[in-house]
Amino acid sequence: MKLVTAIIKPFKLEEVRSALTDLGLQGMTVTEVKGYGRQKGHTEIYRSAEYAVSFLPKIKMEIVVPTAQVEKALEAIQGAAKTGQIGDGKIFVSPIEHTVRIRTGEADDNAL
Amino acid sequence: MLSLVALPAFAQDAAAAPADPYPYILNTFLFLVMGFLVMWMAAGFAMLEAGLVRTKNVSMQCTKNIALYAIAGLMYWVVGYNVMYDGVDGGYFGTFLPKVIPPIDNDPGSYSAASDWFFQMVFCATTASIVSGTLAERIKLWPFLIFTVVLTGFIYPIEGAWKWGAGWLAPGTDDSWIKTFAGADFQDFAGSTLVHSCGGWAALMGAIVLGARYGKYQDGKPVAIPGSSMPLATLGTFILWLGWFGFNGGSQLALGTMADASAVSRIFVNTNLAAAAGVVVAMILTQIFYGKVDITMALNGALAGLVSITAEPLAPDPLWAIIIGGVGGVIVVFTVPFLDKIRIDDVVGAIPVHLVAGIWGTIAVPITNSDATFMAQLVGIVSIGAFVSVVSLVLWVILRFTVGLRPSLEDEIAGLDKAEVGVEAYPEFGTGSQRL
Repeated sequence: MKLVTAIIKPFKLEEVRSALTDLGLQGMTVTEVKGYGRQKGHTEIYRSAEYAVSFLPKIKMEIVVPTAQVEKALEAIQGAAKTGQIGDGKIFVSPIEHTVRIRTGEADDNAL
Repeated sequence: MLSLVALPAFAQDAAAAPADPYPYILNTFLFLVMGFLVMWMAAGFAMLEAGLVRTKNVSMQCTKNIALYAIAGLMYWVVGYNVMYDGVDGGYFGTFLPKVIPPIDNDPGSYSAASDWFFQMVFCATTASIVSGTLAERIKLWPFLIFTVVLTGFIYPIEGAWKWGAGWLAPGTDDSWIKTFAGADFQDFAGSTLVHSCGGWAALMGAIVLGARYGKYQDGKPVAIPGSSMPLATLGTFILWLGWFGFNGGSQLALGTMADASAVSRIFVNTNLAAAAGVVVAMILTQIFYGKVDITMALNGALAGLVSITAEPLAPDPLWAIIIGGVGGVIVVFTVPFLDKIRIDDVVGAIPVHLVAGIWGTIAVPITNSDATFMAQLVGIVSIGAFVSVVSLVLWVILRFTVGLRPSLEDEIAGLDKAEVGVEAYPEFGTGSQRL
C-alpha cells in the first residue's frame, strides 16, 4: 500500500475526486493548506501599508492506494489537476505499513 | 389626555394658552426623531469598528461601544447637560448639577425640555464613540471607560458650553471679546469642532500615550493589519451616513416654520452631497496612488465628507457642499499614511476623519457663511483644541501610570475578547476556543 499525497489548486479538487472515483478508488482525506513552491505570492495594500501574501491556498489530498494501482492513480491525479500554469502542485508517494478498517477490523488491502 | 386640537391651559405657561401649539410640537418632534437618528450612529460606530479590528478583538470593540453609549447617556444627565447649558452666560461652564426633567404639565418654551436634553445627549455620545476606534486592539476596558466618564461628564460639556451654551466663543452679544477681537462669534452648526475634533483630539492624545499595536511598525515600515469584516464596516458606514441626517438636520433646532422645514431639507441635501463627494474622491485617489480602490478608504471618505460639512450644512449651495465634502476625501487619503509615518496607530482612521476633517470643515465655514470670519473660526479651533488636548493628555498619562492602559503583551496577542471580555466574537472560527 502507498500513501499518495497530492498538493493541488483548490478549484481542481472536484475534478481530481471524480477522476479517482472513475478508477474505483474510494475514500480520501482532504485538508485546506497554504504553501508555495516556485509560484510567488503577491503584495496587497491595506490603508497604504503593503503586505506580502507569500502563502497561497492549496488543497492537500491524501489517499491510500493498493500498490498495483499507484501508477494509474498518479496519472489520474496529474491529468485532472494540471492547468499548465505555475502552482499546479506536487504529488508525493510514501509507503504505508498497515491499514485497519475500524468498523469491521479488515486489514491491509481489504481495508482499502 | 391632551388633545391635539385644543390644548388645555395647564399644558403651557399658566398665564395664557399658546396661540399655536404646533411649532412646539414640531420642534419637539424634530429633536426626538433627529435625536434617535443620532443615537443610531452609535450602532454605526460599533459596526464600523467591529469590522475593522481582527476577529480576536471584536467582542471587546462591541463592549466598548455599548458601554460608552451608556456612560454618555448617564453622565450627560448627571452633570453634562447643565455644565454645557445652564447659566453659562458668556463664560466657560455652567452648573455642575443633574438635569431636571420637568413634569409634562409644566414644560413651557418652544419645545419640550426633555427633547432638548435627549438631542444634546446623543451628540455627547457621538464624541465618546470617536475615541474608541483609534485606540482599538490594545487598550484595557475599564481605563478606557474611566476616560469616557470624564470626557462625557466634563471635557465635552465644558468646551461645548463655550459655543452652544452661549459661552465665550459665541455669546451672541455685540460687545463680546470674540466679536471685538475676531469680528464674529465662532460658528459650528452641528459640531465639526465641538463633537468631531473634540473626539479626534482625545483620540490623538490617547494614541500617543498608549502606543501602537504590537507588531504594527517593523523595520521602519507600517505593517498592514487588515480588519475582519468589510460587510460590517460598510454597514456601519451606511448607518452613520443615515444617522448624520439627524445630526446635521436636527441642528437646525426648529421645525415650526416653513423656513425651518426648508432649512432642514437643504441640510439633508448638502449632507448627502458632501458624503458622496468624499467617497468618490477617496476612491479616485486610492486608485491612482495604489492601483486599487481600498474599500476602507472609501468608507472613511464618506465619513470625512460628512464631518467636513457638519460645521455649515445649511449655507452652502450644492456645488460648495460637494467641494467641501470632496476635500474631506483628500484629507483621508493623505492623512492615513502620514499618521503611519509618524507612528501614530489609528486603527479605523478616526483622526483623519474626525480631527483633521473637523478642522477643515470648521475653517471652511466663512466661505459660504458671511456671519463667520476666519479669525473667529481659528480662535475656536485653537482654544478648543488646546483645552481638549491638554486635559486629555493629562488624563491619559494619569491612567497609564496608575491603573495602566495596555493589556500584557500575551493578552494583546491572544486577543482582548479572551483577555478582557471573556466572550469570543467567533469562538468556532479560526483559532477560536470552540474550533478543534
